[in-house]
Amino acid sequence: MRFGLSEEQTLLADSVTRFLADNVPLDEVRKVASGESSDAAVWQGLTELGVPGLLIPEDHGGVGLGSLDAVVVADCLGANVTPSPFLSSAVIAPTVLVAAGQREDLLGSLAGGEIRIGTAFGEAIGARVDADVKVSGGKLSGKSLFALDTHADHFLVATKGKHVYLVNASDCEVTDLPTVDRTRTTCEIKYNNVAAELISDNPDVFTEALDRARVVMAADTLGAAQHMIDEAVAYAKVREQFNRPIATFQAVKHMCAQMTADLEPCRSMVWYAGHALDNVPEEARLLACHTKAHLAEVGRSVSKTATEVHGGMGFTDLLGLHYWFKRCGFNRQMLGVPELVREEAARIQGLAA
Amino acid sequence: MELSFGPEYESFRDEVRDFITKHKDQQAPSGAGSDAGKSWQKTLIEAGYTARTIPKEYGGFGAEPDMVKSRIINEEFATARMPGGLGGQGISMLIPTLLELGTDEQKEQFIKPTLHGEMVWCQGYSEPGAGSDLASLRTSAVLDGDEWVINGSKIWTSTAHLAHWMFCLVRTEPDAPKHNGISFLLLRMDTPGIEIRPLVDMTMNANFNEVFFTDVRVPKDQIVGRRGQGWQVANAILGHERDSLADPNASLTRLNSLIDLMKTETLGGERLIDNPLYRERLMKIQGRAMAMRYNDMHVLSSRLNKDQEAPLARMITKLQGTELRHELEALAIDAMGEVGLSFGSNPYLRGGGSWQYQFMYFLGLIIGGGTNQIQKNIISERGLGMPKEPKIEK
Repeated sequence: MRFGLSEEQTLLADSVTRFLADNVPLDEVRKVASGESSDAAVWQGLTELGVPGLLIPEDHGGVGLGSLDAVVVADCLGANVTPSPFLSSAVIAPTVLVAAGQREDLLGSLAGGEIRIGTAFGEAIGARVDADVKVSGGKLSGKSLFALDTHADHFLVATKGKHVYLVNASDCEVTDLPTVDRTRTTCEIKYNNVAAELISDNPDVFTEALDRARVVMAADTLGAAQHMIDEAVAYAKVREQFNRPIATFQAVKHMCAQMTADLEPCRSMVWYAGHALDNVPEEARLLACHTKAHLAEVGRSVSKTATEVHGGMGFTDLLGLHYWFKRCGFNRQMLGVPELVREEAARIQGLAA
Repeated sequence: MELSFGPEYESFRDEVRDFITKHKDQQAPSGAGSDAGKSWQKTLIEAGYTARTIPKEYGGFGAEPDMVKSRIINEEFATARMPGGLGGQGISMLIPTLLELGTDEQKEQFIKPTLHGEMVWCQGYSEPGAGSDLASLRTSAVLDGDEWVINGSKIWTSTAHLAHWMFCLVRTEPDAPKHNGISFLLLRMDTPGIEIRPLVDMTMNANFNEVFFTDVRVPKDQIVGRRGQGWQVANAILGHERDSLADPNASLTRLNSLIDLMKTETLGGERLIDNPLYRERLMKIQGRAMAMRYNDMHVLSSRLNKDQEAPLARMITKLQGTELRHELEALAIDAMGEVGLSFGSNPYLRGGGSWQYQFMYFLGLIIGGGTNQIQKNIISERGLGMPKEPKIEK
């Protein structure tokens, strides 16, 4: 029995972390977030490591790894607040195309980083404001809100009935929707009788991709929150007030201990959820929901507390800690807020209608 | 990720299941020291399902330590709700201590009768003035000829009124630094000069006692380890106690009882499970309980695999597990509204009154076994490398 990451998975984490430390420091993140540069260079670098093709089978030009490997990478990306379309292009899109067995010709270009596929799943999870997607005669009309990846070449659009369609971004009116987290982009997509290719009318295909995406987002929060704890502890050890490091005050120590106590079980939960997606199908759905919701809660409290430990500096842009705070926030809101996902967890167990 | 224990262990699991099937009518023996309890203990030892690693010469089963087999036994017994072996602080704490640090005579004299329920023990550690700061304890033992003479008092002593013996910490070297002046003594509870007063807790049970010592004389050789080494002797097994206070699998079993309760209890004719507010709270707790379960698997794995370390995962279990369990019990009470207040002989009592009892009992565990504030000190100092508070000069 061995509960944990394999040697290969640890090596994968090391190589991604090393690449990010060398090539995507906070200064680079700031440039992407301010619009001074795009995330294309980062994505190109990650492509050389095989990240976009991680979940794509080898005979389609990918690396052919599994959900737990994607969890490992997401953990690193969250820890470094890396700007990238990982969630949509490397997780959701390959999962949908492989599960549906449709347009597998796109997988090679995805793995090679030549194309990006964004995702508009909001409608199938619960439409907000005036989002509304209609399908008629192979054409889409209406609009999606907060779709992932403003810079995508194609979008996978899910309808209320969990059917998934593929559209070309160039056929649609795509407008960037700025959010607090500028390390991932979201957009509004207007469809004006746009040609749409049916990828899947099987709700299970949508659900499989959603579950995987939720676990991966939870892993991203795990990495981001762990980074914030590490920063808070390090800061408390050097910041002096009343002639002593603030780390000697129990008030501060207990904040750090509580963050650790809350986050540490999340690591095991995220690992197991990643494992279950590929190996324990009867538990995977419930795990995906609970992991998404639980990490959202812990991510919120850790990102708040870690900021507080930094005192006034935590509140400033100087330190940049807010990028991690906002990263946790994004992972909480997108693809189902905790209340909604927990209700889904209850339904899976037959505890809610 | 390899979650199977392997074919050898799965066949061991089958053996345990066969045993359980054969004894499926076994009732939980009532009361400490009952004949039924002793007889069931004997059956379990012979089968190797309790006292598994204790050497045969001391009345155990004599198997090599194997964490996986112990876990399989625990899992299967819990699933089948089969009563386990005798517990108590003599078995869980004193026997491991004696095996590690006792003399041959002490092992000979104490382990077998303790294991078989003939000798019941209580633990004399905490004092009115020495709680979180246990090492500041002041109950003194002074050597007078061949005997220690003990004066002072102990508190939170569970089962003192039932125990034949006590293992306790006393100050024997008053001039030494506080951690080096303590010794670990064994004494009979019927020794003249011992007075036991029951201490009723908020559950209205006398789970604990206060124990007072007035010139209590104890033979000189009833010491474990050397003079002044008592702190090290006690700490050899204290961590073990902490881990056992909040078993995540017990929390998940309890959660299933809570779900059953919410399916049967109603508010205005509507089942509570159909009320979205309570259901939301239930799901929140379920998510946390699941996280603790995988944390526990991570801890087990780190013990089985030498190259794996999970110190933080271990350090947080008492803090998180006890808080979680307290909140779980609280939800049951809240879901029942005024019915949840029922106590004692109230005919509307649910689950034999266990929800209110456990709600309070786990508050006791949040405080006991090293308060959760002390746990946070441990996590931040030993786990995160944060400095201790500066000492205040006296």
